[in-house]
Formats: sequence, C-alpha cells, structure tokens
Amino acid sequence: MDLSSINWLLLLASLMVAATPILLAAIGELVVEKAGVLNLGVEGMMIMGAVCGFIIAVETGSAPLGFVAAAAGGALLSMLFGVLTQFLMSNQVATGLALTLFGLGLSALMGQGYIGIKAPGIGKLDLGPLSDLPVLGTILFRHDAMVYVSIAIVIAVWAFLKFTRGGLILRAVGESHDAAHALGYNVIRVRLMAIAFGGGCAGLGGAYLSLVRVPSWTEGMTAGAGWIALAIVVFASWKAGRIIVGAYLFGGITVLQLNLQAAGAKIPVEVLSMSPYLITIIVLVVISADRKRAAHNAPADLGKSFHASH
Amino acid sequence: MIWLEKRPAPSRTWSAASPIVAVFLTLIAGGIMFAILGKNPFEALRTIFWDPLFHEQFASFSRPQLLVKAGPLILIAIGLSFGFRAGIWNIGAEGQYIMGAIVGAAVGLALYPSESVLIFPLMVVAGALGGWAWAMIPGLLKVRFGTNEILVSLMLVYVAENILASAAVGWLKNPDGAGFPGSRNLSQWEASANPELIAGTGAHWGVMAAVIAVVFAYVVFTKHILGFHIRLSGEAPRAARFAGVNPNLLVLVCLGLSGALAGLAGLFEVTGPAGQIGIDFNVGYGFTAIIVAFLGRLHPIGILLAGLLMALTYIGGELASFMLSIPGAAIQAFQGMLLFFLLGVDVATHYRVRFGRKGVA
Repeated sequence: MDLSSINWLLLLASLMVAATPILLAAIGELVVEKAGVLNLGVEGMMIMGAVCGFIIAVETGSAPLGFVAAAAGGALLSMLFGVLTQFLMSNQVATGLALTLFGLGLSALMGQGYIGIKAPGIGKLDLGPLSDLPVLGTILFRHDAMVYVSIAIVIAVWAFLKFTRGGLILRAVGESHDAAHALGYNVIRVRLMAIAFGGGCAGLGGAYLSLVRVPSWTEGMTAGAGWIALAIVVFASWKAGRIIVGAYLFGGITVLQLNLQAAGAKIPVEVLSMSPYLITIIVLVVISADRKRAAHNAPADLGKSFHASH
Repeated sequence: MIWLEKRPAPSRTWSAASPIVAVFLTLIAGGIMFAILGKNPFEALRTIFWDPLFHEQFASFSRPQLLVKAGPLILIAIGLSFGFRAGIWNIGAEGQYIMGAIVGAAVGLALYPSESVLIFPLMVVAGALGGWAWAMIPGLLKVRFGTNEILVSLMLVYVAENILASAAVGWLKNPDGAGFPGSRNLSQWEASANPELIAGTGAHWGVMAAVIAVVFAYVVFTKHILGFHIRLSGEAPRAARFAGVNPNLLVLVCLGLSGALAGLAGLFEVTGPAGQIGIDFNVGYGFTAIIVAFLGRLHPIGILLAGLLMALTYIGGELASFMLSIPGAAIQAFQGMLLFFLLGVDVATHYRVRFGRKGVA
C-alpha cells in the first residue's frame, strides 16, 4: 500500500462533501425526533429527494431548482407518514419502514428514463480571498453552496431550538404531548410541521447525492445513508451541534475507506466498504452503553402516538 | 366534523377485515398508478393477479413459482412476527437470510464432493445457526448495552452483503468455474440439493419448513406460555414485568428465532431455486417479509395467506414486465402501497369513526 499517494488535503476537503447528505438528513430527523416522532423513513425520503431533484435538474438544466424540487418531494412523501401516524394513529416504526420500502420502489419507477445521464453542475461558490488561503482554503472554502447551506441549516435549527418560543413549544410537544396539549398547543400541527421539515431536509440530502456527490441517478443509490443519519441522531444525543461532529466523522470514514481502496490497500475491498456500517454499530454501542445519559437525552414521548380524548 | 373515539377493546371484525379492505384499496390505487404509466389498468391487474394462476400458456410455468416465492417469505415473516408482537424490531432479516445461506453453503462445500445423506441436514442446521448468530449480534448488544436493535440489525444487512460479495468472488468461488464469480452449484450436487418434492408444485424443503413454522407459531401463540409472554410484553410491557417476564431473555429468544428462520430460508434458497452463492443472491425477501408479517396481522394463518398473496405479486410482476413492459419497480411501489393502506385502515380496529360535534366529556 502506498499511503503517500493519498492527498490528505483533498481528503479533508472531500470529507465535507461526503458528509453533507447525512448531515442534512440527520438535522431534519433531529427536529422530527425532538417533536416526539420517530420517522424511520429517512432512507425513503432521501431517495425520493434524490430522484425528484435529479429529474427536475435535468429537465430544467438548473441544479438549484432541482434542490427545491427535492425538498418538496421529500416533504410531500413525509406527509404520507404524517397523515398515517398523526391522524390515523398508525405505529410509527411500521409506517416509517413502509415509507422506506415505498420510497425505494417509487423512486426506481420515476427514475427509469434517467439512468446514465449526467446531472447539470452546481458550480463552486467563489469566496474570493478565502478560497485562496493556503490549506484552509482548500479544505473549507472551495465547496458548492449546498455545503454551506447545510451548515447554516444546522446553526438555524440549533438557534431555533435553544432561543425561540417556537423551539420551546416543539420540545415541549416532544417531552410531554399531554402537558403541551393541556397548555393549549396543537400537538398534531406542531408534529406535522416537524415531519415536513424532516422530509424536506432528507430530500435535500438525497438530491445532494444525485446532483453533486455522484452526480447521476441509479436505483437505490442512497445505500443506507438514511439509516446512518438515524444513527447519527442517536450518536449526537439529540443535540444539533453534535450532529455536525457525527456527520463529519462518518464522512471522514467514508472518504478514507474510498481512498484506501483507490490506493490499493492490502485490506480486502469488502472489508473497507463495510467499515462505515461497522463503525456506526460500534459508535451506537459506545453511546448507548452509558444508559443513564442515553435515556436522559432522548425526548420522553419519542415514538408515542397522541390522541386527545377530549 | 369527523373525529375518532377510542374503542374500549380492539374490534375483532375490523382486525380481520382491514387486510381485505387494504388489498382492495391497493388494487384501486395500483390501477391508477398503471393508468398513469400509460397501461390499461384492468389488463395490468389481470396479468398480475389472475394470469399467473390461470393463463393457459403461462400458468403451468408460473404456478409452481408461487410456492417457491411464498416459502421464504412465510418462513421469514413467521420469525419476524414473534419479535414484532413483543415490540422487538428485527428489520435485518435480509442479512440473516444471507448469512444463513453463506454458512450453510460453506459447511456443505467443505465436504464436497463426498456423498452422504447427512450432508443436507447438516447444512440445514448450519444455515439456521448462521442466521441465528447474525441476529444474536443486535440481540446481545441490546441486552448488554441497550443499543437500538432496529439500527444495528439494519446496518448488519450491508455488512452481510459485503460478506456475500467476498464469498462469491473469493473464498467460496467455484474452483472449476473458469473464473466466473459464484460458488459451485449446490442444487446439482446430489448431497446438497433441495429439489422439488412433489412434481409440478414447486414445493421444496423450504416450503415444508414454512408450513411447519406456521403450525409451530400457531401452537406457541395460542397454547404456550412463551406466546403469552410475547403478546403480554407487546401489549402491556408494565404488566409483563409484574408477571415476571424476563425482557432480556425475550429479546434474545425473539431475535434468535427470527434469525434462525431467516437463515433457514436462505439455506433452502441457496440449495434449491438459487442454486449457488452469487453476488446477486439476495432479492429482498427479508424486507418484503416485513410487509407479509404486517399484512398477515402477525398471525400465523394470516401470514400464510399474506405470503401467498405477496408471492403472487412477485410472479405477476415478472409476467407484467414481460408481457406489458411494466417496470419491475412498479411492483415494489405497489407492495409498499399495500402496507400503507393496511396501516391506515388499521385505525378502524382501535378507533371508532364519529361524525358530528363532540359531546361534552
């Protein structure tokens, strides 16, 4: 193996690109779970975003329009989950799984005529002198706009949850829907808005895969990214800031294993490509091993259905 | 105004009727989907649900396929129903299915080319153990560390797929295979073959195992204390603790059972219909079985019927893509839709729909 053939500067730079899809999906799911809803359909919403974004971007030739369509597609699909779990009180785990299975099927159907086409480019953001900085410029300031949008979304979510009245209501709904209901808040409406936001973010994450990261459409291209995003929410102990740490950690592992494959490492290819999943499991174990803390951080009413009896 | 009133007890009528209503609604929605795709919806639905069984030209070929496809689905779904009833979510059956096939095939191939009637039973045991061991990973992690079994079992599917790939191109590759990926053909080696037992029906040992599993599950759920503990834990976890149910043991039993059955399904598939360990060996039975389990209301007899219906959509889907060029993905979306409608209709089991103004409580 020739480790020197890996350009560590470029590796750090591509880490941010690799992490962006899971970062977007995870921050969306964080808001959903903070509202007390467990949506296991992240993978399905991501792939829907990927295909919607790709189709619109190819048809209109505009990547930004593609991202808008992806967010809309993800949010629309998430509303299916919202109606079923909030109005029809279906089991959230089962409905989330259904969303993933349905999303994978529907996206494959929609993307039929778009296999093998290249997505229109999104272009790098010109940050002027910042991009020309040695080392830091390459790592931090030579990316496309979505990388910075994703970070902005994380900061916005953090500020929303911590400092605003709306954020407080959302957290109250997640901690105790009965208390929030008694105070006169509309639990269902808050949860529906959170679910739609989560769907939109997952859609953006999916579109980042199909429009920037790959950039083309193939069936099932999310390959478990949505599930990793779910794991990152647990890893982050439901704190917005730690989502960035988690996502960049996993982005780093992904990029590193791809680089090791390319550099002809002596480790078998299969071992390298299963490593992100294995490391996800190890991280989950480490986080959950501290039982008291794990139970303390999760929203108290996570995954419970709310039915106002009067 | 429409509102919902919680029933004092789940409705038995709706519990039985909701899968039927869901199937009916899916047919309508599916018809609309096919119409959007520019196909005649009636022709499409007939090709999927009627022709595989009764078409004069194709039925003789596709009818046996019904049991070939339903066997693994039922076997896996029965296993999953144990956990799902207790609120233990094993969604990595696909991985356990793969590992069962790999371990079983590896044990068999280690004894190649000897001939003994004991080889196949040995492989069956190895297959079950492979699936069981793979399911024990999320099980033990949950019991020891409280790790979420949903995420761990799902992650292990991707790990298993990579192990499958390395087995197919590496350590289980057929040495006489001229360099092509894939193991020796197990269905052509007499000691390991899992042939059709009754000619023309498609029934191989896996189908027999599925039938036995259905009976076993039925007895456990209705007559055995384990079935009672499982149901109790799912419906009233607090009551279960007072009744002395050991939740950790239940996690291990439920995950182990579902893993072993998924492993068996994989072993019967690799020795029969699939024939060999190949890169594209797994076709998503482990995920479809989740739909089967729910569609069957987590009840053994229901799962039996749901498995047959889902197998029909597979075969009918292949026929429809061949005759009407309806893409295979449409069938996948169709199956997902079925689960949605089922979960939606299920509201009627637990709630009564009321019209008009709410009374004063």
